[in-house]
This record gives sequence, C-alpha cells and structure tokens, in this order.
Amino acid sequence: MLNKLYDWVDERLDITPIWRDIADHEVPEHVNPAHHFSAFVYCFGGLTFFITVIQILSGMFLTMYYVPDIENAWQSVYYLQNEVAFGEIVRGMHHWGASLVVVMIFLHTLRVFFTGSYKKPRELNWVVGVMLFGVILGLSFTGYLLPWDMKALFATKVGIEIAASVPVIGETIKILLAGDSTILGAQTLTRFFAIHVFFLPAALLGLLAAHFIMIRRQGISGPL
Amino acid sequence: MHRGKGMKFVGDSRVPSKEFRKPNIPKDYSEYPGKTEAFWPNFLLKEWMIGSVFLIGYLLLTVAHPSPLEGQADPTDTAYIPLPDWYFLFLYQLLKYEFASGPFNVVGAIIIPGLAFGALMLAPFLDRGPERRPSKRPLPTGFMLLAIASIVFLTWESVANHDWEAAARQGEITEEVEIDTADPGYEIYSAAACISCHGDNLEGAVGPSLIGTGLSAEEIAEIAVNGIEAGGVQSMPPSWDGSEEDLQVMTEFIAGLEAE
Repeated sequence: MLNKLYDWVDERLDITPIWRDIADHEVPEHVNPAHHFSAFVYCFGGLTFFITVIQILSGMFLTMYYVPDIENAWQSVYYLQNEVAFGEIVRGMHHWGASLVVVMIFLHTLRVFFTGSYKKPRELNWVVGVMLFGVILGLSFTGYLLPWDMKALFATKVGIEIAASVPVIGETIKILLAGDSTILGAQTLTRFFAIHVFFLPAALLGLLAAHFIMIRRQGISGPL
Repeated sequence: MHRGKGMKFVGDSRVPSKEFRKPNIPKDYSEYPGKTEAFWPNFLLKEWMIGSVFLIGYLLLTVAHPSPLEGQADPTDTAYIPLPDWYFLFLYQLLKYEFASGPFNVVGAIIIPGLAFGALMLAPFLDRGPERRPSKRPLPTGFMLLAIASIVFLTWESVANHDWEAAARQGEITEEVEIDTADPGYEIYSAAACISCHGDNLEGAVGPSLIGTGLSAEEIAEIAVNGIEAGGVQSMPPSWDGSEEDLQVMTEFIAGLEAE
C-alpha cells in the first residue's frame, strides 16, 4: 500500500533522487561512534540541529500563550509557568535548550576547527557555520528580553548600550533594535519579538539549508 | 549531468522522462576505506539512541531546575545590577577592565570581539596550508586555545565577582496583597516610624517587605522594639516608641498578612 503510494508520487514527481540526496549515503568509519568511541565529537553538529528542532517546536507552543506587550508579557509568562498544563516543562525546555544549543554549537565549532575540516574545499560551509553561530547568539540575545522581567530588561539595556557604542552606525543600530533613541520599552519588546520569532528563524532556516546542502555535496571530511 | 539544456521533459512539465532519471544505485564510497555504514537506516537507528540519552538528560535538567522568572520589569528601579545570560558573561566582564571601558569602551565592545569573530569567520582564508592536524598548524591551534582560555577566565572572573545573593534578592517577585488600610493595625503602622522604611503597602522600600514574613506577632514586636543587629551591623534600628497595646494590635496585623 505504502509502496504503491510512493510509486504513484514517484512516477509523477521523480522524488527518488531527492530522497537519495538527503538520506542515501554511507557513513565513514572514522565518524561513527559505534566503531571508535572518540568519534562522539562528530555528534555535536547533529545534536545542535536536534536542539534547534526542539527550540522551534517548544517556541511554537510558547507563542500560543505569550503576549508581546509590556502590560501582559510578564503576566502571560507567569501564567504559562504556573497555571498552564506542562507550561513549566515547555518553557523549561526552551530556556535550557537556549543554553544547550550554545554549548553544542561551540563544541561543534571546536571539533571542525581542530580537525581542520574547514580547509579547501569546505571554506564556504565554515563561513555559513560561523554565520549560523551569530544567528544563534542573536536569537539568545533577543529571546532573553521576552519574559519582560527585571533581569531581561536590564541585560537588554546593557546589550543595546554596547551596540550603540559602535562607531558611526551605533546610534542607528540602537534605534533599529530599540525603536527609540532613548526609551527601552513597548516598542523594543515588539521589535525583539519580531526579530526573535520571524527574522532570525528565517535566516536560521535559510543558512541551515545551505549548510546541509553543502555537506551533502562535499561529504564529510576524511580521517586525519 | 542531466539538468539544464538538452533535458528532455515529459510534455510541458518539468518531470524528466524516464531515461534521464537518476538510477537508484547508491554512490560508491571507496574514498573511505573501512567499515562504512549506510546512513539510512542503519546509522540513524544507532544515532537516535545517542539522541535519546541526550534528551533524557535534557528533560531531567528541565524538571530539576524550572526556568527562572524574576519580578516584572520596572525601568524606574535604578539600583538593579544587570547581568546578561551566562554565555555573554565573558564579553560583559571584558568591559570592566580599564583598557576596555570608559574612553576605551570601543576597544572592549567592538574591536576585540570584532577581531575575534572576524578571525573565526575567515579562518579558512587565514590558515591556507594543506595540514589538518592541530599539531601541524601551531598558530591556528595556539590562537584558538588562547581564545578558549580567555573565555573561560573572563567567565570565571565575572561569576566570582558577582554578588549572587544580592542578584537573587533584587529579582524576587514581590507579592502583592490587598492591604486593609482601615484596619486599626494599619493605622498604627502608618502613624509610626515603620511606614517610612517599609512602604505604604508594607511592600518594602529601604527595609524589606513585611508581607508573608513567617514570623509570629511576638517575634515582630521584639524586632520592632529592639531592631535587628547581626555581626555588629545594625541593619534595622530600634524603632518602636508607642504603647504596648498598640504594638500588639499592629504586630498581629502584620503577622496576619500572608502572601497570596
């Protein structure tokens, strides 16, 4: 039955090559922890992706309750944390996932760096990877403000002051992020929400696609 | 190459005719001698076990440590000591050194992080040799180890210099309780010196909040009369100078205030 369905779609869309491109490849021995335990260092990239997926899913559920508005943001998070069934777990996963994804992407970067895997022909994939690192840090920074509690507000204040100290364009960056040259308030919260939920995830998915397409094209780097 | 010019399509669609379809033969991986394994399904079936172990640890962390939530943001609180999330601590700490703050702020805020991030991004173009082993390319390895050591050191310094107890106190969610201002206890409270430090709604100001203290009326009376002294520091002066009866009415009122 499933095979027939697959054949029916395949006959029309020729999906087999797509499928083969994604999943049909051999995993070489030197990256397989089943053969060499030390190869677990090659898992960090996959785990980063795994947490990213969890972050996207838990984030989608969080937006079902969260209200990006200075009157209600904190109230909605408080309600989510204390009243909603499993709200504490979903928010907890998003909170700890934010830390874990930074740890994992850092370890993945170090693995690629110390195995010299960024060398020719994989230069572009490294550059895309570092951009992904930047996007993840941007997501962490913008997500930190959203609960609108004390530490969120003041950490963001510091962060925006640092951005404002960039020569020449600092003031513009500040206004772009905060929505105002002096006030950090309602406008800032909605902007950070938009950046955290729409702009950066869009960039993240685009870069991730490029990252994965490139690794499928080039394959994983050989043993040292 | 079957794509592009010369491609034969079925009718008007973009579906290639059968002769141009990719054959369903897995690629040859003779490039990697040794025990290769098919990604799908063999390797993935082992990989999900690593994922599961990781997920269990992750969920245990989530259950054991509920994510923190401090009191609602109050931009007027100028005494709040800010702290970024832990993975930005090293950048934050860097700004506290003399060479990277004040007039040299741009050094700590932009130049040093910018150079580090730029060098990281351009690593493949800076380190162009064919050698891949870390020991065979001492400069990149050395710089990266130096960067990791600095990040660890700066994060450590930041954590060691931060007053975590004060941070926990300043972030507490302040309980709001309806105060019955017509209560005789409240009238005594507002007429006495207490109100100047503990606030109109007993929410705390210079002194701490008096709501939900967990103390009995006698203990509160004892503090009101004698103040609090610990370790030679008088954190609260002896404050009560009214009558015994008033003291009892007021302390019973305060002891009865429970957080919702």
